[in-house]
Amino acid sequence: MECVTRQEGAYIIVVLEGEVDLHYSPVARKSILDNLKNNNHVLVDLSGVKYIDSSGIASLVEGFQLARSSSLEFGLVGVSDAAISVLKLARLDKVFPIKDNVNDFINA
Amino acid sequence: MSELLFQKSFNAETEQLKYLRDWVRESAAQRAFAPERIDQMVIGVNEACMNIIEHGYAKQGGEILFEVFSDQEYLIFQLTDSACTVDCSTIKSRELDDIRPGGLGVHFIQEVMDKVEYLPGKGGCGNIIRMSAKPRLK
Repeated sequence: MECVTRQEGAYIIVVLEGEVDLHYSPVARKSILDNLKNNNHVLVDLSGVKYIDSSGIASLVEGFQLARSSSLEFGLVGVSDAAISVLKLARLDKVFPIKDNVNDFINA
Repeated sequence: MSELLFQKSFNAETEQLKYLRDWVRESAAQRAFAPERIDQMVIGVNEACMNIIEHGYAKQGGEILFEVFSDQEYLIFQLTDSACTVDCSTIKSRELDDIRPGGLGVHFIQEVMDKVEYLPGKGGCGNIIRMSAKPRLK
């Protein structure tokens, strides 16, 4: 799994690529939570995710909850088919704000 | 009568999960399952192994035996560990309306597999999870 970040507008974009499994999800979790703790709005780009397990989903849920308690924005962009199928399994596809691209959040 | 298609022992380490997923894919491809169905089975087996690593062996390591069987109806994935034997009645999925991290593994396994059996290991030691999948999408 690759995890890189960039800034776009008011958002930090955490880009995850590859397979987000129990071995690699701690890296994703740390990036998401550290950026939120630094008072950033965070979007997680899942367009390059080929596999995600429940630990990866847990990282997203933690980010969502921390953002909400900190009055920060948190959303998912470009969710791959692999990721959306797992979000649907977890009944979380209607919980996270999800948009096709970052501009959809910026212009909202 | 089921036929053994694949068998592999490996260490209960998170680095092994990607190999396990590949073994599932390769085994399922032999039975010409649809790609989407294979993806579902990968999710289920991966979650079961995660539970063994995290909860069975409490991240302290151990050995896991992965076997794949085939019969007329099912492709059967079996994981055997030698961790403390779990009371199978305590293995339950949680309420999904309660949005919180974690606790989704059992639910994922039940959702993607047609049959899930939790059995004590041979001689009363360890645990076996046996997950059976039919070809059609769940």
